[in-house]
Amino acid sequence: MIPISWYLVLSAALFSIGVGAFLIKRNIISIFMSIELMLNAVNLAFVAFAHHWHQVSGQIFVFFVMVVAAAEAAVGLAIIIAVFRSRETLNVDQINLMKL
Amino acid sequence: MTAVSPALRILPEILLTLTGVLVMVTEPLLSAKTSRKPLGIFALLGTLAAIAASAWQLHLPAGTAFFNTIQTDAFSVFFHLLIGGILLVTLLVSLNYFEGHSTYVGEFYALLLFSAVGMMLMTSAIELLMVFLGLEISSISTYILAGYRKRSAVSAEASIKYFLLGSFATAFFLYGVALCFGATGSTNIHSIATGVASGSSPLLLALALGMMLIGLGFKVSAAPFHVWTPDVYEGAPAPVVGFMSTAPKAAAFAVLLRITYTGFGTMSHIWIPLLWIMAVASMTIGNLGALTQRNVKRMLAYSSIAHAGYLLVAFTAFSADGLAAACFYTAAYAAMNVGAFAIISYLSGYDERRVHLQDYAGLAKRHPLASAAMAIFLLSLIGIPFTAGFFGKFYVFTTAMHSGLWILVTIGLLNSGLAAFYYLRFLSQLYMQPYDAAQDISEAPAQPAFVLGIAILVAAVLVLGIIPNRVLRLAQAGAATYFPCSGTNAAEVHTQPNLLR
Amino acid sequence: MNKPAYMWNYIPLLMQILAAVGLAGFIIAASWFIGRHRNSKVKLAAYECGMVAQGDARGRFSVRFYMVAMLFILFDVEAVFMLPWAVIYRKLPATTGSRFFGFWEMLVYVGFVLVGFFYIWKKGILEWSKDKADL
Repeated sequence: MIPISWYLVLSAALFSIGVGAFLIKRNIISIFMSIELMLNAVNLAFVAFAHHWHQVSGQIFVFFVMVVAAAEAAVGLAIIIAVFRSRETLNVDQINLMKL
Repeated sequence: MTAVSPALRILPEILLTLTGVLVMVTEPLLSAKTSRKPLGIFALLGTLAAIAASAWQLHLPAGTAFFNTIQTDAFSVFFHLLIGGILLVTLLVSLNYFEGHSTYVGEFYALLLFSAVGMMLMTSAIELLMVFLGLEISSISTYILAGYRKRSAVSAEASIKYFLLGSFATAFFLYGVALCFGATGSTNIHSIATGVASGSSPLLLALALGMMLIGLGFKVSAAPFHVWTPDVYEGAPAPVVGFMSTAPKAAAFAVLLRITYTGFGTMSHIWIPLLWIMAVASMTIGNLGALTQRNVKRMLAYSSIAHAGYLLVAFTAFSADGLAAACFYTAAYAAMNVGAFAIISYLSGYDERRVHLQDYAGLAKRHPLASAAMAIFLLSLIGIPFTAGFFGKFYVFTTAMHSGLWILVTIGLLNSGLAAFYYLRFLSQLYMQPYDAAQDISEAPAQPAFVLGIAILVAAVLVLGIIPNRVLRLAQAGAATYFPCSGTNAAEVHTQPNLLR
Repeated sequence: MNKPAYMWNYIPLLMQILAAVGLAGFIIAASWFIGRHRNSKVKLAAYECGMVAQGDARGRFSVRFYMVAMLFILFDVEAVFMLPWAVIYRKLPATTGSRFFGFWEMLVYVGFVLVGFFYIWKKGILEWSKDKADL
């Protein structure tokens, strides 16, 4: 048996890569992909814990996360298209009509 | 306990969902030229039915349904009524906003309804899976609503910023849930409470709690997770901002209450300092940020960050009264903030013509009634006596003092004084400055629905400030579900409304 | 069995990876050293199945493709809930305490999916060429 900590380390690493990419990347699509990576890291953690506790509820949670991620992708990409149509760019540094 | 059909426990949600679905499928069946007002009125009726259903739920015995995912009690009913009320007023004031400007008016109502369904589910959920679903149902709808002025680049920008940072926050919340599941083997808040109380794996639980606090901190726009707020509020359509600056915050605060008070109640030594820091940071950053703003929507955005800070003060008290104060303050804040944004939406119209402070110079002469309503909302936001804001703040700070949070209360009071400055500056623009007739913009005459909505809000602000007993009692009943044997403090506060009269 | 011993199970996998990478690297290196480099304009052009390449590879697609892809993902993911439901359908009356609870719940779920389908149908999303301007 591979110990649960290995899965958790992988999950934490994926999540951290996602957070790092979210902060560093400049293209909206890449930022969006890093969010998906974070969600998948969460899924991995859930499955590992579900196996550890012998409980299906963790895996059910993963189903819901997947479905919600798909819904979020649909809406998010639609918003990205709306942004591109109005600004002709997907670089976050140029999407700055309002000062942060 | 008598068996209550599970469907009755989510009756308000069912009614709103059915209304939303009907509005959604009717919209494409109507021809492009037909007015969408009947759809709005139908949505209003559905909302009224949902509010009635939530009020009726008060008579149900408190209990759970759907395999321990939903719990109806006085606490959940309080927030259901609040969210229903915010939805009702938002529908009233936006009934005319998109007329002739957008081809997706029916969907606007449907999205508002769905978003409210999600928030209601959040407030009655005792299972983190349900919390997550409610959070996402409400968030995904509001992401779209923020970008609803389709031709506007600013609106699209607000939408994308809200979407990216909102999803980022959700991922953090989810990771917290996963760690919580790992530490306790359950995602049910009551089982988590047992797991936390047993004291096993405290490090993992602390990490889980921190992650969930980050996620919910984003949603309630508490500093240091507030960066998205000014931009999103500036770009989104004004009626939508009124809705999304109050209702999702109320729902997220309800979740925060359930998680911290019930789930992690025995780990209060960890989250109280965290919330303390968040409260101080939110109040200070919010008020200092608002001072420098010339754009009224940005100013109110920073003000909403500050108000999230006041709410967190009530949280930090960790007592029955603190909880009741937090509930009451959410309601008071909702009434005045929705009102302020509704007036801005009326005065600046769909094209957002009046967004700068100087655009409002002397408007009291041209719009005496709208300015008077705005004045009431602003005075309430300052916390002038006889308004909801005053009583809310008074209650929050007294309960914090009862819990011995002297430093926090001092910082809060200093901040309230600071905040008065920028609200009064807006007020003096309206009343003291000369009116420039050259700047004249002809507005469409106010619709009856809009006037009704504003009347309800003004009445709510005044009633909550002068005779708050009923709402207060409901808030205390909600608090009592957490602290069954709340002591003398609750009785003490009961007498205070009389002092104010 | 202790942990290090368990990890030895992965040695074949490691060897497989090394072999694959090594073979690929060897073939590329060998063709680089053995083959002759005579670049002409045609040879350096983008390879498009033997046809003459035309246009820019970074051209934009119509937003309609996105619509179809998105609808596919949404309706595809919805099936994820049906599989677990079907697997434990026979056990549902015992766990839920009601004979048809599971059945009605799935009917409600499918009903919502159908409502969504009805909506996109009536909105004209499924009609590919309704608005030629977008194509």
